[in-house]
Amino acid sequence: MIRVNDLHKRYGDQKVLDGVDFSIQRGTVTTIIGRSGGGKTVLLRHLMGLESPDSGDVIIDGENLSRMGDADLNRIRRRFGILFQEGALFDSLTVAENVAFPLEEHTKFSKSEIMHVVREKLGTVGMTGHEAKFPAQISGGMRKRVALARALALDPDIVFFDEPTTGLDPVTKSAIYALIRRTHQQASTTYVIVSHDIRGVFSVSDETLMLWEGKILAKGTPEEMERYPDPIVKQFISGSPEGPIHVD
Amino acid sequence: MKLLAFFGAIALNVAQTARFAIEETGREITLLGSSLAWLFRPPFRFRQFLIQLDFVGVQSVYLICITGMFTGMVLALQGHIAMSRYGAESLIGGAVALSLARELGPVLSALMVIGRAGSAITAELGSMRNTDQIDALASMAVHPVQYLVAPRVVAATIVLPFLAILFEFSGMVGAYIIYTGQLGQDGALFINSIKDYLEPDDITHGLIKAVVFGLILSLVSCSKGFHATGGARGVGLATTRGVVISSLLILASDYVMTALMFKPST
Ligand SMILES: Nc1ncnc2c1ncn2[C@@H]1O[C@H](COP(=O)(O)OP(=O)(O)OP(=O)(O)O)[C@@H](O)[C@H]1O
Ligand SMILES: [Mg+2]
Repeated sequence: MIRVNDLHKRYGDQKVLDGVDFSIQRGTVTTIIGRSGGGKTVLLRHLMGLESPDSGDVIIDGENLSRMGDADLNRIRRRFGILFQEGALFDSLTVAENVAFPLEEHTKFSKSEIMHVVREKLGTVGMTGHEAKFPAQISGGMRKRVALARALALDPDIVFFDEPTTGLDPVTKSAIYALIRRTHQQASTTYVIVSHDIRGVFSVSDETLMLWEGKILAKGTPEEMERYPDPIVKQFISGSPEGPIHVD
Repeated sequence: MKLLAFFGAIALNVAQTARFAIEETGREITLLGSSLAWLFRPPFRFRQFLIQLDFVGVQSVYLICITGMFTGMVLALQGHIAMSRYGAESLIGGAVALSLARELGPVLSALMVIGRAGSAITAELGSMRNTDQIDALASMAVHPVQYLVAPRVVAATIVLPFLAILFEFSGMVGAYIIYTGQLGQDGALFINSIKDYLEPDDITHGLIKAVVFGLILSLVSCSKGFHATGGARGVGLATTRGVVISSLLILASDYVMTALMFKPST
């Protein structure tokens, strides 16, 4: 279980997180929505222990990430799978080597066992046949799918997805959601997804959190969010240009 | 009043630069500390180390040979101008050997390696930082300093003395060619004067310098890249500063080491 207590973070004089509070149950799929530049990636980076908060705590299964040394952080991170917004593939490694990387680091698998897993994971994201290419030689959407395969390579218990479907065509998009649904069926994996694709993520999430002006403004199941009375939430979910949210 | 404001502004600027420099030195020392700490924590990244050994060392061989050769050739000519005024052409070999071993071998190899490998290290780590690849490493429970910085620092520190020796050797070959060819002197005199003048200390002092230079240039290059922010522009800026700062530090530390190891000859 992930618990976030009163998290604050500012960059210069810009308050990005201003008292974020929530908890995520083990084995659920939780989506964080919010407007572009609203701090979703920053929040996710705190959950992974990549950023340390000005104040507040991130607690994963009773362990406080904000007060942890490198060695303990590494122990916890072994359970993580992470999909970065831009993929963050290692550009000096091929597609297959990228997916193999976490397996080589953290398992005792033989070369052929690793190749087997790599082939299987690349298959599930529809990237078979591109094993030997370098990240610079494939498209943005393909990179995202390889990054997804890498994030899932170790069958992690907690997976953080930063916009898993942006930049993908509609068919691949629904294939990714199907993949998320399918891989999630393995008991007790916890998925945290950041996305703008509200319809898509509603189809996979148990709970949705809306981050607004540095705080969690609303949370609930997709059905609850659809019927949420707050005008900001209403407008955000319907995507209407009319309402309290202004694009300036 | 205006003058006062002007000097005030200058003073502020100097103070800021100083603070900046101190912060930066602090970061370098922190990185040094953590690379040393991670060096001794398993697993040692042997593969990464070999890749860097190849990149910083093996791939610099041609460059070092050529620059060494030209340096030796120039030294022989300039040495001739100086020595012939005293009728001491026979000392050229020793003089060239001495300046190469004590000074030019380590310093020029270090400067060449900064240009060739140090800048590439900064640019590579900088773009890894800017595309989240360093965070991706950390998030996969691989310590980025251990994986990226430690192998580069160890490789550069080990390889630089070898490059310096290679530089010196190529320099001597270049000088010999000029001495016997263009200057038409007797090669045996050249060799003899090296034997007479060059002492083991000259070589070891040069090698100690080379080790320190390797450490400095790799630490500065890694640290500049590791902390580069601001996209392509930021990486460009970091690379420039890495090259400038490591070159300056090498010349300054060269002076300090020369002064420390200086014993007036009797
Ligand atoms: N390292 C940083 N230094 C300064 N400001 C930062 C830094 N990281 C993030 N910010 C600021 O924090 C704010 C939130 O950024 P973040 O990347 O979390 O947005 P986001 O919600 O993920 O947006 P998007 O949906 O477009 O990805 C932005 O205004 C950004 O300028
Ligand atoms: Mg984002």
